[in-house]
Amino acid sequence: MAKYILKRIFYLFLTLFIIATLTFFLMKMLPGTPFSNQNRMSPDQLKIVKAQYGLDQSVFVQYVRYMGGLLQGNLGTSFQFNNEPVTALIGQRLAPSMQIGAQAMILGTVLGILLGAVAAIRKNTWVDTLATFISILGLSIPSFVLAVLLQFYLAYKWHIYPVALWDNFQSSVLPTLALAALPLGNVARFMRTEMVDVMSSDYIELAKAKGNSSWKVVTKHALRNSLIPVVTIIGPMAVSVMTGSMVVENIFSIPGIGEQFVKSITTNDYPTIMGLTIFYSFLLVVIILIVDILYGFIDPRIRLGNGGKE
Amino acid sequence: MGVKNNMEQIPNVPKEKFKLIHDENNNEQEKIGTPSLTYLQDVRRRLFSNKVAVVCLTLLSIIVLISLFAPLVAPHNPNAQQVTLSNLPPKLGNLNIPGFNGYQNMGGKMVDAYKQAGASKDTFYLLGTDYLGRDLLSRIIYGTRLSLIVAILATLVDLIIGVPYGIVSGWKGGRTDTIMQRIVEIVSSVPNLIVVILMMIILKPGLGSIVIAIAITGWVTMARLIRAQTFQLKEQEYILAARTLGESSTKIATKHLIPNLSSTIIIQTMFTIPNAIFFEAFLSFIGIGIPAPNASLGTLLSDGQKAFRFLPYQMWAPAIILSIIMIATNLLGDGLRDAFDPQSDD
Repeated sequence: MAKYILKRIFYLFLTLFIIATLTFFLMKMLPGTPFSNQNRMSPDQLKIVKAQYGLDQSVFVQYVRYMGGLLQGNLGTSFQFNNEPVTALIGQRLAPSMQIGAQAMILGTVLGILLGAVAAIRKNTWVDTLATFISILGLSIPSFVLAVLLQFYLAYKWHIYPVALWDNFQSSVLPTLALAALPLGNVARFMRTEMVDVMSSDYIELAKAKGNSSWKVVTKHALRNSLIPVVTIIGPMAVSVMTGSMVVENIFSIPGIGEQFVKSITTNDYPTIMGLTIFYSFLLVVIILIVDILYGFIDPRIRLGNGGKE
Repeated sequence: MGVKNNMEQIPNVPKEKFKLIHDENNNEQEKIGTPSLTYLQDVRRRLFSNKVAVVCLTLLSIIVLISLFAPLVAPHNPNAQQVTLSNLPPKLGNLNIPGFNGYQNMGGKMVDAYKQAGASKDTFYLLGTDYLGRDLLSRIIYGTRLSLIVAILATLVDLIIGVPYGIVSGWKGGRTDTIMQRIVEIVSSVPNLIVVILMMIILKPGLGSIVIAIAITGWVTMARLIRAQTFQLKEQEYILAARTLGESSTKIATKHLIPNLSSTIIIQTMFTIPNAIFFEAFLSFIGIGIPAPNASLGTLLSDGQKAFRFLPYQMWAPAIILSIIMIATNLLGDGLRDAFDPQSDD
């Protein structure tokens, strides 16, 4: 186990290194310079500005510097946002993103588990059909479409929630709902398949034959065993919630990292784009690693030696 | 000796006297009731007996046909601007259907927006016009067309990269496989959307860039599935037979592997298409996708969102079409999976 975890952590760093390198050189390939008003600057001024950002050095030196900075947790300085360090920018904006992300994940997963379980227990009835329909809707409708519709009805028309604001819990409800649809649909679908499988297995028959109430059979045996594989899809789901939150944050004007990312793209703020790309990748890789390790602990049937690969 | 005696005792009966009894009955029993179906016929039968899949297939066919014949179907030029007729609400001829009568709520009063704009009596826009006076219906038809083109091209590139990659990786095995799988792992560990966005920043905005950006990460899932399948197929007897007969690897791949992989490929394609449509809409929504003046579902939705307080109809139409396409492709994918592999369903 320890060996496996160490191996995975090594790959994690390798992956991050490759991502950082690729991002760096891709950004260097971009045409033009980040200083949009350089025409008005004299060559001397331009030289000073370039030197300030270390852009007068050769690409290789810049690369080594950037990677060195990365190792110390320094993601560079933003060109646009008051020359703030990118890490500070991320730090300020992490909390709102984390909050709506976590809320959406929890809400979606819990509702999805319930929906999937109910569908499996009432298999091939109208309940099942309805649950399947809801999960397909959740899976198919893009989060930004849902966000726009929620904003129109719940906020603008019916005044239940604020349209675009970030202060208290009230203002986090709509973005959470918009983001929760995807995990809900995913989990419900997965849960239903697993649960149908489990419900037809021998130990469930045995538990029923022993005279347990169907409530007890479901909660004590079926639900627990169906939950284990659901853990595997939490990683990929967290990723889609993270990416979904980019545009949802934008729609609801939430000062999170997603909104920051979109803003840096539209303003060509390369250090911020690079920093956020690496940060997002880091989050993603770590989440997937944690989920994989967790899965190994939860389900002893999984042998980690050849696990990890799909 | 006795045997020979017995043989000789059998009288010489002429052939004509022999007759098969119950001839008709036998034939009846041996008859095959239903015509034997090939695999594909069986798949088709199962697919068409699935009502949901049939509805989705019909819906998608209609949408595809409309976008295919967009120049004939669209009532107006999608990019023609008529600034005087901007932001008109939907109107269907001179029929007075609420919501489609050209009336608009202005300061609490319903006003005939067409009359105010000075439009002639015969002018009407089925889904209204946008802020530059462009016909929304035509823009949606052309936008859907563009979104579908992006999706289909991206899926094709996916196939062209993913299928050979998966086959080579699965077929060669060993060291080659390990290296190829490491690459897949690294590519798939970066969030797709981030790669897509990075590519969009670097490439010039446009159709080709979107296709490349989506395909650059999209092939990974396909490659993984194909590799796993190839691993299984490799052990099959008919592959062994082909190898023993001295078939070259390329020929085995094209003659034996790809036909047997086709169901996996088709099913995965059906899930790649909605994904590509989503990415395109997403990119256009945040403003780095299809450049103006061309419309895609994403740009239309983004425009609609900006104006939804006063002109909600501009947001509704693209939102509904986008959702229908996504739902229908997903459900059709499910139907295809059930049809190709009945055991996968419970």
